[in-house]
This record gives sequence, C-alpha cells and structure tokens, in this order.
Amino acid sequence: MIWRAQPIIGIKTGGWKRREEGYIQRLYDKNQAANNFAHIITHHLVVRRQKMVDLEKELAAMREYYSSGNTRDASWRRAQLRGLLLLLHENQTEIFNVLKQDLGKHPAEAYRDEIGSTIKSINYALDNLKGWMSSEKAKLPKVALLTTAAIVPEPLGLVLVISSWNFPIGLSIEPLIGAIAAGNSMVLKPSELAPSCSSFLAQKIPAYLDSNGIKVIEGGPTVGEQLLQQKWDKIFFTGSAGVGRIVMAAAAKHLTPVTLELGGKCPAIVDFLSSSWDIEVAVERVLGAKFSACAGQACIGIDYILVEKKFYPTLVELIKIKLKTMFGENPRDSHSVARIINRHHFLRLKCLLDDPNVRASIVHTKKSQEVYIEPTILVDPPLESMIMEDEIFGPLLPIITLQKIEDSIEFIRSRPKPLSLYAFTNDRSLRKRIISETSSGSVVFNDALIQYLADTLPFGGIGDSGIGRYHGKFSFDEFTHYKAVAWRSFLVDFWFRFPPWNDHKLQLFRHCYEYDYLGVILTVLRLKKPKPSSAS
Amino acid sequence: MLWAAGGCGRTLVFGYHFTAKSDLPLLPVLSSCPAISLLCRSASASGTFPVMAEEENRVFGASEASLLIRELRDSFKSGRTKSYDWRVSQLRGIEKMIEEREKDIIQALYMDLSKPELESFFSEISTSKSSCKKALKELKKWMMPEKVKTSMTTYPSSAEIVSEPLGVVLVISAWNYPFLLSLDPVIGAIAAGNAVVLKPSEIAPATSSLLARLLEEYLDKSAIRVVEGAVPETTALLDQKWDKIMYTGSGRVGRIVMAAAARHLTPVILELGGKCPAIVDSNVKLEVCVRRIIAGKWAANSGQACISIDYIITTKQFAPKLIDALKKGIEESFGEKPIESPDMSRIVNAFHFKRLVNLLDEERVYHKIVLGGQREEKLLKIAPTVLLDVPEDSQIMQEEIFGPMLPILTVENLEEGFEVVNSKPKPLAAYLFTNNEQLKKEFVQNVSAGGMLVNDAILHVTVPGLPFGGIGESGIGAYHGKFSFDAFSHKKGVMYRSFEGDSSVRYPPYTPKKQRLLKALINGNIIGIILALISWYRK
Repeated sequence: MIWRAQPIIGIKTGGWKRREEGYIQRLYDKNQAANNFAHIITHHLVVRRQKMVDLEKELAAMREYYSSGNTRDASWRRAQLRGLLLLLHENQTEIFNVLKQDLGKHPAEAYRDEIGSTIKSINYALDNLKGWMSSEKAKLPKVALLTTAAIVPEPLGLVLVISSWNFPIGLSIEPLIGAIAAGNSMVLKPSELAPSCSSFLAQKIPAYLDSNGIKVIEGGPTVGEQLLQQKWDKIFFTGSAGVGRIVMAAAAKHLTPVTLELGGKCPAIVDFLSSSWDIEVAVERVLGAKFSACAGQACIGIDYILVEKKFYPTLVELIKIKLKTMFGENPRDSHSVARIINRHHFLRLKCLLDDPNVRASIVHTKKSQEVYIEPTILVDPPLESMIMEDEIFGPLLPIITLQKIEDSIEFIRSRPKPLSLYAFTNDRSLRKRIISETSSGSVVFNDALIQYLADTLPFGGIGDSGIGRYHGKFSFDEFTHYKAVAWRSFLVDFWFRFPPWNDHKLQLFRHCYEYDYLGVILTVLRLKKPKPSSAS
Repeated sequence: MLWAAGGCGRTLVFGYHFTAKSDLPLLPVLSSCPAISLLCRSASASGTFPVMAEEENRVFGASEASLLIRELRDSFKSGRTKSYDWRVSQLRGIEKMIEEREKDIIQALYMDLSKPELESFFSEISTSKSSCKKALKELKKWMMPEKVKTSMTTYPSSAEIVSEPLGVVLVISAWNYPFLLSLDPVIGAIAAGNAVVLKPSEIAPATSSLLARLLEEYLDKSAIRVVEGAVPETTALLDQKWDKIMYTGSGRVGRIVMAAAARHLTPVILELGGKCPAIVDSNVKLEVCVRRIIAGKWAANSGQACISIDYIITTKQFAPKLIDALKKGIEESFGEKPIESPDMSRIVNAFHFKRLVNLLDEERVYHKIVLGGQREEKLLKIAPTVLLDVPEDSQIMQEEIFGPMLPILTVENLEEGFEVVNSKPKPLAAYLFTNNEQLKKEFVQNVSAGGMLVNDAILHVTVPGLPFGGIGESGIGAYHGKFSFDAFSHKKGVMYRSFEGDSSVRYPPYTPKKQRLLKALINGNIIGIILALISWYRK
C-alpha cells in the first residue's frame, strides 16, 4: 500500500559497498567511453554512502542521549507530551490545511480522526503516566520467605515509528505518545505519500519537542530501507501486510521486536433490524464509517457488508437516501468525502471496477474524475473478483447477500482475520457466536470505528491484520520492557537447595513444591522417611 | 543458549562455529554441511545415544508438515480446543503424566545430560508440575473476559477484552532443560486453547523420544503433537504458516526463526540467553552468597542454563576472599574431586565439550585458571572452573559460556561493574549480591536485563507472578504463569453500543456547530458539550 516492496539488499554495509564497487569496476573495464557515466554513478553512490554514514552518526548520538538517562525522567516524558499537546493546539489551522492538501479531508473529519483523538490520547497518557511508570508487586508463595518481587517497567531504548499516509498526523503521533510515555528516544518516519503532512511534522516536531531524543526523518523507500538496516530496540509500523513482512524480516536480523498495524477486509454484518430507528442509525453509522473516514482509506473502515437476502432491498434503498442527506446530490461539492491519495491508488480502485462482472453489480455511483471517486455501492460482486479478494481501501462498498445472517460467521472464518469486525444486531445469541466463533483484531457491535477512541481497549490485529496492540496503556506496554525483579535476604535459606544431593533433600523439595508445609517440618525433624530415589 | 542446529525455508543453518555468516550463499544440500555431520558424530560419540533412528526412517518433509498442520487446523476449527473442559482435561493429562512417569523422565534426563536425580526433580519435574497446577487453578479466571471502562467520547457503550486462542502454534524447545522447556510453553499454549506442535531438541534424544511417546499417550493427539527431528524437520515446520512460534535457544537460530515467521506475519516469542552477570559486593554473608552462586552455576545443569551465572564482577580486594570461599564451597558440594561427582551434570555432547575446552585453552585464558580446569573427555565432564581477570576480548568473555567455567572480573568499585554489564548485549538475567540498599536501587534502575535477582541466582524464574523473558539479544516476549496464557492468546477488544443515544455530529454534512460539539465531546468537556448543544458559543 505504501512502499514498493523492494528487497532489502546488503544488510551489512560492507556487502553492498563491495557489490556496488565491483559493478563500477566492470563498467570501467568494459568500455572506457563509459567513463563519464561511471563518474556520475560513483558520485551518486558516494552521496548515498555518505547519507548512510550520516544516519549512523545521528543514531549513535541518539543512543548516547538515551544512555544519559534524560528520556527516562518522568519530567522529560511529561514535557514532551505537553509539547505534543501544544503542537496540536497551536497549529490546528495548519494541520487542517496540510490534510486538505494531501487528502482533501474536511476539517471536521480531520479534527475527529486526527487532532481530537490524539489530544484525547495525550491527556489520557498524562493523567495515567504515574501509575503506568510505577512498578507492580508480584505475589509470592510462602516458601519464598523474606523475598520480595516486582515487575519494573523500563524503556526499550531507541525506537523507530513508521507511519502511514491515510491518517498521516494521527497515526504518526498516536504511537509517539506511547514511545514517549515509556521513556524511549525515537525516530519517526512519516509517509512520503502525504508530503505536506510529512514536512509539517518534520518542521514542527523539532520546534515543540526535545530534538536530541525525538527526530523526524522524511523520505521514501530508499530512506525506509536505510532506516531498516539500522539496529532498533523496537519498530512500530503502520501500513500494508506486504511491507510489514519486509519490516519484520529486517527486524529479525537484529532481533528487534515489532508492532505491525496492518489492515484487512473488515466486514460489517447487518442483521435484520425491526425498528426503523435502529435501521436508520445503523445505516448512518455504516456510511459514516465507510465514506467519511478518509473515503474508506482506513484500516478499520468497513470493507464490505454482509446482509440477509430478504433484507437487502430495504437496506440499499435506505443507503441511497442517507447518502443524499449526508453528501448531497453532488458529493464532490459537499467536501465531506476525502479524495484518493494519489493517481496510483485511484487507478488501482478504478481497476477493481473494471471487471465487467463487478461493474454490473454497481447499484449506486456517480462519475469519477481526477483523483476523486464518488461513494459507490455494489451488490453481490463475484466473490473471486479482485474487489472481494483485496483490501479495497477506497469509497467502494460491496454488499454481499446471504441466505441466513448466521452464514456470515462461516463467510468471515473462511477469510484472513480482519483488523475489526462490525455487527449491527440486537440478537444476543448471534453476538455471542460472533465473539466466540470468529477471530479478528476487535469486535464492535452496533457501531464502527469508535473502538479507535477507546483508550481502555487494545487496538491491534491478529494474523494478517497485524502483530501487537496499542492505545492507552497498551501503547505504553508496547514500548516497555517489563523487568522481573526479585530481592532475597541472606537470612533464610533452605540448606537442601545445594548439593551434595541425597534422598532427604529430595523429600524436602517435594513438600516445598507442593506447598506442603507440614511435610517440610516433619521431614526436617526426621519424623517422615524419605522415599528412596529411583535413578542411579 | 546454544542450539547447535536448526533452520528454515531455503536458509540453511550452520553449526556453531559458523556464527555471523548469515549472508553466505545458501547451501543446497543439507548433508554437505560439515557442522551437521560433526554433530551426528559427536552425538554418537557420547555413548548414551539411544537407538531411535531406525524407527524414524520416514522423513518428515514439507508434505508431512503441511498435512500435519492441516489436521491440527481442522481440530482447532472444530472449536474443541477452545472449551474450558478440553483445556482442563489436557492439563490434567500433563499432571498425571508427570506424576506417573517421573522415573522415566528422570532416566531420560540422566541419559541425555547425566543430570542428578534431585536436580532433575526440582529444576524440571516440579517446576513443570507447579506451572501445570497453577494453570489449572487459575484457568477460569484467566479465561474470563475483562470488563473495561469506556469514556464519555464513546458514550453510551460497554466494552470488554476477550482472550481468544491464536490457532495452531509451534513450540521449538532446547536441550538443556529438555523436559521443562518443552512442557512449560505447551502448558501455556493449551491453557490458552490452542492446538500445539512441539519440536523437542534432537540434542537431548532420550527426552525427545520420551516426550513424543508420553504426549501421544496422555494427551489429545488430534490437537497436540510432537515432531522429532533436527534441521530438515525444523525447516519443514518453519515453512508452514503458524499462528505463533515460540522458540527457546540461541540468538543466531532465533533470527532465522523470526525471519521465517516474517513471511507469514507470525508473531514470535524468542527465549534466548546471554552472558548473565553476577555482581558481588564485599559486605555480603560470604558463606550464603557462595552457596547460592554454586546453586546458580554448577548445580544448574553445569552452567548449561540460559539464566545461570556466566561471569562474576567483584572488587579487586574482595576477589581473593571470594575465590577461597568458592573453593571451600565447591568442595563441600561436589567433594574433593568434583569431576567425579554424581551431583553435577555432564556436558551435553562432544561438540559442546570441544567448544568449552577451546574457550578454556585459549592462550591468554588458560593461565588465568585459579580453580579447577580438569576435564574428562570420555565422560564429557569439566570440573567447576574459576578464572580470574581473563582479558575482556578473549572468546570466553565474548560469547555465552554455557558450561562450568566461571570468570571473575575485578573492578575498582561496583558502579564500574554496572558499566561493564551495560557495555555488553542485554542479558536474560542479572544478579547482584549486596547488603547495600543504595546499590540495589541503582542496580535495578541502571542495569537492563530480562529479569534480575538480588542476593540469589535463578530462583526468580520460579515465581509465577513474574514474567520470564529477555530483552534485546536475550529475546522477545515473556512467559510463565498468566504471562504464558497471555503469550498464546489474542486480546480481542469487544465493544457494545446500542442504537440509542446517537448523535448526528459524527456524520456529514459537517456544520460549524457539529465541529464545536465534536471538539467538546472528544475532549470530554461537559460544559463545552452543553454550550455547543444550545448553540451558545464564543466566536
């Protein structure tokens, strides 16, 4: 979705240097006339290598800064979080502008999805930071006399956050909140596909935050690749599964843990709803979650609808009416639907509709022009068509009709696990079945997208939709190492813990592990005979 | 921890001495890999290798692996493994198996490692059993969905976090605690309701084949399986799509496992090792301290444990006293001739014996021996050996020792010791022996390690309330107790909304009033909400 899937070559700097130099040598040998050309290439390579060296130096300095312990201080963490808050408060108009430029987002949508939600998260982190940072006592069995144990949170070190273009501000800052709260130093690489937002972040973050510990590095696949060659203590990636695989493979070289926030085809089950109010609300929520969240370019946006055959005519009619009230006769002029990020994705989406069988299933659309696609509704496109195989990530909404709504469970189970599953239903037994029989990152009943705002729920995928989770305390956890610490005193010791071994000691161990305290006493007093041992 | 062989996909893994050559061109034929043949030879040379190859003539390859995983996936899809009853019955099965077959287990461990019965009992059998008991006792609580509060932003709603099994998981275990390190993760995987494949280490063959037999006998075969084998079998397994892979072993193989997992976006838990330091202060009760060091080094599988003490840091003045006490303590524990003591495990095989002897025989290292140094190649035994002030750049201070040698580094003051520890890759465990409260505090604050224990060694892993896992080079993820359950569960956020209390503010068309209301709602600003609702606002 974001980068071209490029193979990562020459992980060891020495490797690619040698390979590239060999290539240049051959150019010289083959044809002297190509000398000039080779000079240009050499120059290019020298520049690239220099950039790599610069990057390594920069990161070394950041590691040094982390080692100094500054980022661990609660005061530093608070100051940075407040800095973020200030950044968001003071630059709202500019954020509205850059989001308009990159994605044509309406300010209300921008505020709801990117600014407001982030402000809320920062406030939540500030309110809870003290509790998160304090260590937690662990319970101990009685045999562990005079021992105390605790789980102590400690930052991971230098972390890399790679964010995506669809919520270029929100998905950049949300992980930063966790990384800062946990006391790490970090590099953010915003997506180059939302260039205005990327340069906004690169400009503003150093102005509001401690640039020794928090850096923004802009760039495309080449920079991404160079960053991935470095050693990080955590990589947090939001984007496509294809690039996610590349990120994880690169992380494996340094044993770096990863959090991958990917996507998937998120289904919305719409059960037969008897009350007209319920239906109306459900349709509003579905359309809101599809078309008004970055025009469907959201990892938790609704990808398709599952509905019973007999209910679908009512649903489609209502959708058409509601689309009109939400976006007017001419949705483009309403400025309430974002545009497609770029030509490449525009063509991809058009391509999905090019299949004649898919085209035939369209029941509602307007003409699409430039990089803008009108909300489009399709009914029963072929299940093996691209539109039903790939994540749509655009304002196209297929409706799949089923005989019985219960069939939706099997329908979802037979496909890769989605990041979210939505179900509009008042049927308790169906709800129960959905929770226990399907698997997805999260489940929301009777609404959509709203789970993104819940600080108390983990946000993250499973299977193809991702690894790890964040938001609220989970963000803090994701960037924290929970160190197990136990303290012992020299006073009490069980002499039988140490060799030379004998049956008497074995018996004592038996009692201890079974927490049979009476047995321990009896054996110690030699009132209980030890069982003879078995091995030689 | 060192696992001498393992591999994935088209990537071949080389024996121990080929470290850090991951970018070598891939070898096409397995048998041409010298390390593998060396390993085979070394295994048969150890003399205690049971005959098991004959009955395993059928090679476990790609098609067998995919067949196996399909079977297990079907079992998982049937939903059987998700039920509380199934989980409990399997855990009870494990408990029963340990109780009934204790003797067989002790024998297998003796064959593989000459592990003293008592050590086998308390470090492998009891620990597995208590972790099984703990899971049985707490399972109901662990499985219960956790209700969470929801904020005003999403009002009215309710929410909970549901733990759901991941699916079909792979557990690759190690040879040093071949029983515990196989069963402990399997217990977690079962408790969380997954189907499991266990691949025990081929370097502890007796335990591996015992596990294969016992798990089949005591547990549900349709969802819990053991695949025995070495590199080719592991390769075939790693090629499949799993829902989680838990690997215990070396960092080198850990990288291969994670790279293989990346192809299927499979999350991993890597339990690796590292050089675990013990910093010893001069104000300690020496006798107790030394006993605990002995328990944390030589009584822990002869130092072949991922959390055993790798090296000691102490002050220059205190070192001689410590060495004297160690001498006395070793004699008390293992007798005058420790190499003949039945209370110490042997080195696992000739390959590792050779590796350890090479570490010891390095020119600059050998004459630093202050205690021990004897070895008996036939028995694969090396006496408890203490070395003083070996050079920092010698091999023994560069790699995880994983054997009965204990170098002591001396420093001017112990804070300097913290720097020594921090200058190396992060260890799985770090130990400090002191009565100085300030030093304890600094240690916890400034030293990074998977876990740490003050005034003892190893015992912290027996605390089920503590997570066990590494950081950096020492691993990814943690387990034990509830953490095992969590490691094999997906935490699914579930949110319930009703159709009542909807506000059109969330949906287009967007008006200025909606924008203001939205701001107030998201910020949880009640007055703002009211003001916006009654359209009373400041420009």
